[in-house]
Amino acid sequence: MELTIKINNTPVQAEPGELLLDVLERQGIRIPTLCHMKGFFPSGACRMCVVENEQTGKLITACSHTVEQGMNIKSHSARVIEARKTIVELLLSNHPDDCLYCVRNGLCDLQDLAREHCITERRISGAKNRHHLDLSSASIVRDPAKCILCGRCVKVCSEVMEVSAIDFINRGSNTVIGPTFNKGLNTSSCINCGQCIMVCPTGALSEKNHFAEIRDALNDPTKTVVVQYAPAISVTLAEEFGMAPGTDINGLLNAALRKIGFDRIFDTTFAADLTIMEESAELIHRIKNHGHLPMITSCCPSWIKYAEEFACDFLPNISSCKSPQQMLGAVLKSYYAEISNTEPENLYVVAIMPCAAKKFEGQREEMTQRGISDIDAVLTTRELANFIRLFGIGMDKLEAETADSPHGVRSSAGKLFGASGGVMEAALRTAYFSVTNTELPQCKIEQVRGCTRRKEATITMGDLTIGVAVVNGLSNAKTLLDEIRNGRDDLHFIEVMACPGGCINGGGQPLHKNPEALKKRMEALYQIDETETIRVSHQNPEVLALYQNFLGTPLGNKSHELLHTSYCQRNVLL
Amino acid sequence: MTTDDELLAGFTDAEEDSLIPILQEIQGRNGYLSAEAIVKVGRCLKVPTSRIYGVATFYNQFRFEPRGKYHIQVCRGTACHVLGSATVLENLEKELKIKAGQTTRDGLFSIEVVACIGACGLAPVICVNTTFHAKVTLDSLKIIIDEYRDAT
Ligand code: SF4
Ligand code: SF4
Ligand code: FES
Ligand code: FES
Repeated sequence: MELTIKINNTPVQAEPGELLLDVLERQGIRIPTLCHMKGFFPSGACRMCVVENEQTGKLITACSHTVEQGMNIKSHSARVIEARKTIVELLLSNHPDDCLYCVRNGLCDLQDLAREHCITERRISGAKNRHHLDLSSASIVRDPAKCILCGRCVKVCSEVMEVSAIDFINRGSNTVIGPTFNKGLNTSSCINCGQCIMVCPTGALSEKNHFAEIRDALNDPTKTVVVQYAPAISVTLAEEFGMAPGTDINGLLNAALRKIGFDRIFDTTFAADLTIMEESAELIHRIKNHGHLPMITSCCPSWIKYAEEFACDFLPNISSCKSPQQMLGAVLKSYYAEISNTEPENLYVVAIMPCAAKKFEGQREEMTQRGISDIDAVLTTRELANFIRLFGIGMDKLEAETADSPHGVRSSAGKLFGASGGVMEAALRTAYFSVTNTELPQCKIEQVRGCTRRKEATITMGDLTIGVAVVNGLSNAKTLLDEIRNGRDDLHFIEVMACPGGCINGGGQPLHKNPEALKKRMEALYQIDETETIRVSHQNPEVLALYQNFLGTPLGNKSHELLHTSYCQRNVLL
Repeated sequence: MTTDDELLAGFTDAEEDSLIPILQEIQGRNGYLSAEAIVKVGRCLKVPTSRIYGVATFYNQFRFEPRGKYHIQVCRGTACHVLGSATVLENLEKELKIKAGQTTRDGLFSIEVVACIGACGLAPVICVNTTFHAKVTLDSLKIIIDEYRDAT
């Protein structure tokens, strides 16, 4: 049963229960929003989306009102425009106005709204609250002075991640968003995923910047500065330079990093292959020796911190493998330092990651050798883009280059790590080969691909049949873990990624508003996998060479010492 | 078993909507909501501490520090407001170097803001422990505080 309403006097069909905002959008009318997030329950907090209902003469919020028969909606009447302008002015009334010093300068919804509404003077001036900049977290910086209390971060943290590290505190004009007791984020259960940064309309949330350290290292003649970049970077960086989502610019990325002055350029995807060698061996070992099952992946540092806080009962199930970033860090500071005649303390390792949590992971205490950290600094995709701009590098003028040996060759299986389901698929390809001595037919596991929150499959390898599940978004992980707590026992292997869709949608990725971008990035990874010749980790020649020259065998002593780790319960405010 | 545990034992099947009554009861017993108590309530109700703290700070009635030896309630009701309770509060906060809801380092004084305490004829009123002080002026305020200070 369709309804008819009028939008700006034009009759329009709508489904009962549809939100006005969606109907307006379908008509090509963009309504400004701040607190609204698609797919979440509307809070109607900011009032930015007001429209006029001529039937009642009232201003109503389009994001939280559904269509009613006979409505005549004015989307941009003089009254509506004036109301929206006042709302923006009120939001600005206690704003610090230091746009020039703000990480989000030029990328801020509040700036956009002020410009769109032709706000050129301060008409309303409100008292400013004193706020503390929260620099306590290794990954995320909070600047409550810039917060407009839209509540989007609170929603993501509680509904997507089931973490609820932050909430509204106090009331009225004293309201702030912060962790329990309004303390530093480092005392909270925050898992550092950075999804709050992705939804924040202003500069109130940002990643902890590692710019100065890296600049100094690059300028220090005693330091050899090497860089590694995660599988997801090459298919997302392009968007920062105006190229279409899903453009793979791996070659240009290598060239740009060389131009910036990094001494060696390595590919974290090489280490993803290394992870697969260890992790698939661990899986088979656990299955054959009645170890803790289901085994759960360990690449995502947000998931690891979540488990250390909320799912300690599953810690024995988590693979002991370090993440690719940390495996490569450990290999660089041991093997590479040795073969390149560099003292580990003079080897400075930078990792470029799609992720805010990797900054936290890089400084975990376990991730050191003789007091030297395996990773020295972590840059997000966004920070890298800034570096490239700072060095005045014209991406369109670069010629594609390759990464350096001995950690620059990768399989396309490792590349899949960037998307939800990728670690699973890569691990199963190699596990299949280990068990059957033949390659997985078609080398593809369609059931674990795509953006859905949970994917499951049953895989037969010779006389072994295993159940696998892939989840992304920790609320979905929680649901799955609860099923297992309640007795579900058909699963042997689970992949968990905190970010919806996996690292291609990580908290360090370009801030985009294009809902199609995620799919395009994912397709780009699958496309790489379709077209390349080395499609399984166990055929990566540089990985095989590393085992031959240094590590021995997967799960061997050296691996154990360098590539594996352990987890323990964390004492934070839950 | 501490008193908080005993208290929470009575709420084993409680849901999130019992949050406020539980917090009130704890504050009633202990005079404030300690960090430990908030963590325990969170565990009992399976509610994140961030939400509990958020809810508790929404209401003026909850405090997060133990009361001082002399607990000063400053009335901010209408009659007291009209006769200058805002300045009284401001000066009290300055004098004691704490904000409403806080307790001085030496544990002597704490301040709480309350709505009308039913003594409008005496406005502006402050109440120290159970003693009312009527028609407070900035000078009398200083004398009142000094008297309590000297009494210890
Ligand atoms: S920190 Fe950002 S996302 Fe969170 S409430 Fe403030 S403005 Fe909104
Ligand atoms: S899913 Fe990827 S980007 Fe997101 S927190 Fe985990 S590792 Fe980081
Ligand atoms: S976007 Fe509709 S009220 Fe905030
Ligand atoms: S307003 Fe203060 S006692 Fe009534």
